[in-house]
Amino acid sequence: MENRPLEYDYTVAKMFMLTTILTGIVGMLIGVILAFELAFPELNTILGQGLAEYTNFSRLRPLHTDAVIFGFTLSGVFATWYYVGQRVLKVSMAESGFLMFIGKLHFILYVVGVAAVIFSLLAGVTTSKEYAEFEWPIDIAIVVVWVLFGISIFGLIGIRREKSLYISVWYYIATFLGIAMLYLFNNMEIPTILGANGIGEAGFGNWWHSVSMYAGTNDALVQWWYGHNAVAFGFTVPIVAMIYYFLPKESGQAIYSYKLSLLSFWGLMFVYLWAGGHHLLFSTVPDWMQTMGSIFSIILILPSWGSAINMLLTMKGEWQQVAASPLIKFMVLGSTFYMFSTLEGPIQAIKSVNAIAHFTDWIVGHVHDGVLGWVGFMIMAALYHMSPRVFKKEIYSKSLMAAQFWIQTLGVVLYFTSMWIAGITQGMMWRAHDEFGNLAYSFIDTVTVLHPYYTIRGVGGLLYLVGFLMFAYNIYKTMTSGRRVEESELQSASPMGA
Amino acid sequence: MFHWLEKHPFFFAVAVFLVIAFAGLIEILPNFAQASRPVIGTAPYSTLELAGRHVYIKNSCNACHSQLVRPFKSETDRYGHYSLSGEYAYDRPFLWGSKRTGPDLMRVGNYRTTDWHENHMKSPTSVVPGSIMPAYAWMFTNKADIETAYAEQLTVAQFFSVPYNKPVPMKDGSTMEVKMGADLAEANKLALEQASLIAADMKDQDVKDAVANGQIPEIVALIAYMNSLK
Repeated sequence: MENRPLEYDYTVAKMFMLTTILTGIVGMLIGVILAFELAFPELNTILGQGLAEYTNFSRLRPLHTDAVIFGFTLSGVFATWYYVGQRVLKVSMAESGFLMFIGKLHFILYVVGVAAVIFSLLAGVTTSKEYAEFEWPIDIAIVVVWVLFGISIFGLIGIRREKSLYISVWYYIATFLGIAMLYLFNNMEIPTILGANGIGEAGFGNWWHSVSMYAGTNDALVQWWYGHNAVAFGFTVPIVAMIYYFLPKESGQAIYSYKLSLLSFWGLMFVYLWAGGHHLLFSTVPDWMQTMGSIFSIILILPSWGSAINMLLTMKGEWQQVAASPLIKFMVLGSTFYMFSTLEGPIQAIKSVNAIAHFTDWIVGHVHDGVLGWVGFMIMAALYHMSPRVFKKEIYSKSLMAAQFWIQTLGVVLYFTSMWIAGITQGMMWRAHDEFGNLAYSFIDTVTVLHPYYTIRGVGGLLYLVGFLMFAYNIYKTMTSGRRVEESELQSASPMGA
Repeated sequence: MFHWLEKHPFFFAVAVFLVIAFAGLIEILPNFAQASRPVIGTAPYSTLELAGRHVYIKNSCNACHSQLVRPFKSETDRYGHYSLSGEYAYDRPFLWGSKRTGPDLMRVGNYRTTDWHENHMKSPTSVVPGSIMPAYAWMFTNKADIETAYAEQLTVAQFFSVPYNKPVPMKDGSTMEVKMGADLAEANKLALEQASLIAADMKDQDVKDAVANGQIPEIVALIAYMNSLK
């Protein structure tokens, strides 16, 4: 009986797959609404004047970013962890009642946290710090959820059979540690109910309100050390964890180079944190930090491309799979977008380029070619790979998957090309002077000129959302009406074994 | 070494943590002692201004408006003097923003008036044809939260020694004092005094009536904050 394959328990993974899809739909839908609000401002009151406060661009904007970061992406990270973790550590969740309990508690508290975030942001309860908008009670809930995630990771590692940690596990550990450190330090705040006046009265105002421990420039420094690296440890590190597992599994190819993965992992860990300063170029933080931010952003190309090249070379000699399998397409194009995005970012971090790019839509475009092309594609690919194994059903429709791939690719391309043009146009118009040295354009000229690009961007986003709905439908049909299939029938020739 | 680490998760995690924490230690900590001293002419926010700042944050104005003038001719021509670190000494949180869908507001108090803001917030296109900014009609009826603003003043005075009721040096050599109420009743009174001055410059009769009755609509607090940005 010793050699009988393990029966892995995917209860928790399934739960997080559900929230990945639901929060993905919500977050992307809000994104599309926001995009069209910029092109057609009358949409700000789409549900009438009475609800204008809640359909307004500015109120919805943090909800979009947080729904896709803390909803879609984090759910995807958790879902894949509860799938990949067991398999690379060769241990089943079913073997430990404790870890199963922690996993379920992790999910329940996570859902409660997401609900609290949605309602509080709609109500305008926010600290204003990007991707850290939550007030202290929700911060505490998030820390608890994160600690439970940590217990899940290290608990499973503690009872593992495979002694060596696979590359994906390195990245999951780094995700846990990185976010924990960044989140704690960036959200240091004092609840204002503690403020007492001269006669000892305290407890005034909203109990959930707080004030940042840092002021002005320091606050900005900590915020962008966090903001940049929340991208690192939320959008890069765990997604690399996914591709290191799912690409070899799906293609049956061994990772191209262990040494390259070592270099990229430790390089990424060391370099990424320094690059936060590139969000603060030409601001009031000390010059040397800005320069360090610039330089390290350039160096960051090395470990980023290291991972991406490792992935693309893993497909060496097997490129026909890219043509044959839509799932491989998602991962290969995802790696390519990762390379593209990690080249674009450092270019924007060069001071003279940043002078034009900062504050414009080019930055928005950069974020989205990364998250739509890399993060979104990889998470959807992961869920497509997991579904037959988790639900024991064959994928409902491969042609739907292929159609989705092309629709979404077109969406991403429309998105970033329009934002490039918009950003550079606006950046150049802001700085243009006429022959007498006066500003050539008033600010509003630089806004109205963007209308066509905002419209194209909206269409691009809409295409991506349509593709995501096709994905959701495909997974739903797989669960409910797919042909029953056993794991052993599925192609899985990877050296990792089952 | 790497092979060994991969078999020892605890030491692996410690190694990862050291490598990622390193940058923060070198880059961030050294700056903390010196960066937050106010420049001359920078005063703390009054209760009403702080309540207005909360309205600004509540509606994520910072999603589209920056408060950071970069040291380029094109920016100083458009917005005024480039930003200095000490000008932000009382900004918790900072509101630099990351996107200029609309113009910078760092020094908007220098070139926009109460009247302009009132028209603009009610109907942006009435003063800026072609504007894509939405109207903020609810600010004319929602009431500003003076109590929370007061709590924040008490908190920053207590924990960060923000100089309320103390002389603050001004650029012309004089000093000024930003008053903070000794209790909630006085805080309300101070806020209402400032609100009355702003309401006097406004046209909206409902807003004027509300302030006359001792209530402060969000728009009044927001304009007080906008006017303080110089």
